[in-house]
Amino acid sequence: MAATLPPPRLLPSGDSAVTVEFSRTIDEDANQRVLALDKALAASPIDGITETVPTYRSLLVHYDPEKIGFDALGEKILPIATRPLPPVTKARRWRIPVAYGGEHGIDLEDVAKALNTTPDDIIARHAGGDYKVAMIGFTPGWSYLSGLDKSLHMSRRQNPRLLTPAGTISIGGIQAGIQCLAAPSGWHLLGRTPVRTYQLHRNPTFLTEPGDRVTFFAIDHKTFADLDRAAEAGEIVAEQVDA
Amino acid sequence: MSRLVVASIGPASSVQDGGRFGAQRYGLTVSGAMDRLSLAAANTLVGNEPFAAAVEIGPFGASFTARDGAVRIAISGAPRNADIAGTPVAMDTSVTLKDGETLTLGFARGGAFTYLAIEGGIKGELVFGSLAVNARAGLGSPYPRPLQAGDEFSVDAASGTPERRIELPKPATGPIRVLLGPQDDEFDEANKALFLNSEWKISATSDRMGYRLEGPAIKHLHGHNIVSDGTVNGSIQVPGNGAPIALMMDRGTSGGYPKIATVITADVGRLAQTSAGTAFRFKAVSMAEAQDEARKFARLIRSLPDRLRSSDTVALNIAALSDANVAGYAVSAVDAGTWQVTAEP
Repeated sequence: MAATLPPPRLLPSGDSAVTVEFSRTIDEDANQRVLALDKALAASPIDGITETVPTYRSLLVHYDPEKIGFDALGEKILPIATRPLPPVTKARRWRIPVAYGGEHGIDLEDVAKALNTTPDDIIARHAGGDYKVAMIGFTPGWSYLSGLDKSLHMSRRQNPRLLTPAGTISIGGIQAGIQCLAAPSGWHLLGRTPVRTYQLHRNPTFLTEPGDRVTFFAIDHKTFADLDRAAEAGEIVAEQVDA
Repeated sequence: MSRLVVASIGPASSVQDGGRFGAQRYGLTVSGAMDRLSLAAANTLVGNEPFAAAVEIGPFGASFTARDGAVRIAISGAPRNADIAGTPVAMDTSVTLKDGETLTLGFARGGAFTYLAIEGGIKGELVFGSLAVNARAGLGSPYPRPLQAGDEFSVDAASGTPERRIELPKPATGPIRVLLGPQDDEFDEANKALFLNSEWKISATSDRMGYRLEGPAIKHLHGHNIVSDGTVNGSIQVPGNGAPIALMMDRGTSGGYPKIATVITADVGRLAQTSAGTAFRFKAVSMAEAQDEARKFARLIRSLPDRLRSSDTVALNIAALSDANVAGYAVSAVDAGTWQVTAEP
């Protein structure tokens, strides 16, 4: 039997949640362990756990302190969290259309200038990436992606924008993102997708799950407008392929 | 069916219930009542489940008119003057509005949120099990936004059940209790002590998403950028400027600032009901004490039906009347979207 993995830190997030922290930094291995623990807890639930929230490096576990205490819960979580990782299973892959630049990606030219290259080259590097949904957070459907090309890593804007459009495709630090609703953001806006990662009366309401793979492809602004209408009417407009 | 019509209402008033759970992993926050005990008390008074949807009324005044029949309601939470055609209505009691009668509520006298529960509850379309308004995500029912004058609820006709009052425990005073963490190790001992030993005030630019705290600047050990991780109601994060923010019910589900401490479940409603400008302190407690208090709080909510009393002994609310001569109130000029008010000297 494979050796167990180093234990995560169990950090109290108040009296009704515990942060199971695998790393302090963005780390692919840590994220795999987060998603594996999340899956394991979904497959064999521990009585008292009410909800889990996977993030890059930790799993936030909400629980009911009337059903289980902090120490008892920790004792149940640790053996699961230190299990060797299960073999990688097939992930869903989404191909997401993006209208880059112009009014849809107002930072594309500045990003190209800052990185001493052309907007087309930025598009090629961004669309050529193979991403994973590391977590979904902040606002409904906002998918944080790992796997951004190293040449596109750049610090966030000094002055975050108070409002960025729905469907924004952006990069910030070492992360890439698919944003669903209009929201404040300090990231660089490369384009927009007509895809709604969250749409209330659609089945499924939420398109992406942590662990899904994502690639992008460029569309022109006319196609964006067509797909946007279709998406508004409830079509998914992202292509799903098996990885 | 009767209708309850919103005749007038201030900002920061919306339909709220126990909250929307199960989709935080998709970035959908919980929303729900800022003061769960007061929501539960108001609902219990009219025979509803404790966390049924009710009207959460912000610090300003409001009035509601019954149409097409009588409507039985109850109010609990931040105290305010209330009357029906000049006859005072006490807090923490139920009352029936006859067809055409109007309940008028004044400004909150201390605290911020008052809950108006309606017998039979508010009818609407549940999303993830909740009617709670989350204005940023466009969720909530029957109105996915703060309430406006002219809005109306289709409600059950009043049952004629005798009116009740509810005996609530004396509101706790003293510091707001916190558990340190999850990222208290991002702060040195001196800054943790500064957080725990200082007087704080809630900024006028606070809202249902977060309460900004005014006091000394808290310094981080390693800078303010951590990798985003999950938040809970009551997470106290410290951004780059050192001014802590207590995350409330409309918080982002994840955040990238170190969280020095977390308000205990039993005290989140107390913090929510702390008026802007009122000085208060935090106090660190142990996990054992925090969980004990959380269990006590849950038992208190369950015990509310046992705390109902016949209401015919209730005379005029003398305290309310004597407090009625409140100084003028001013809205925050900083941000028209926020609800906090400050009493002018």
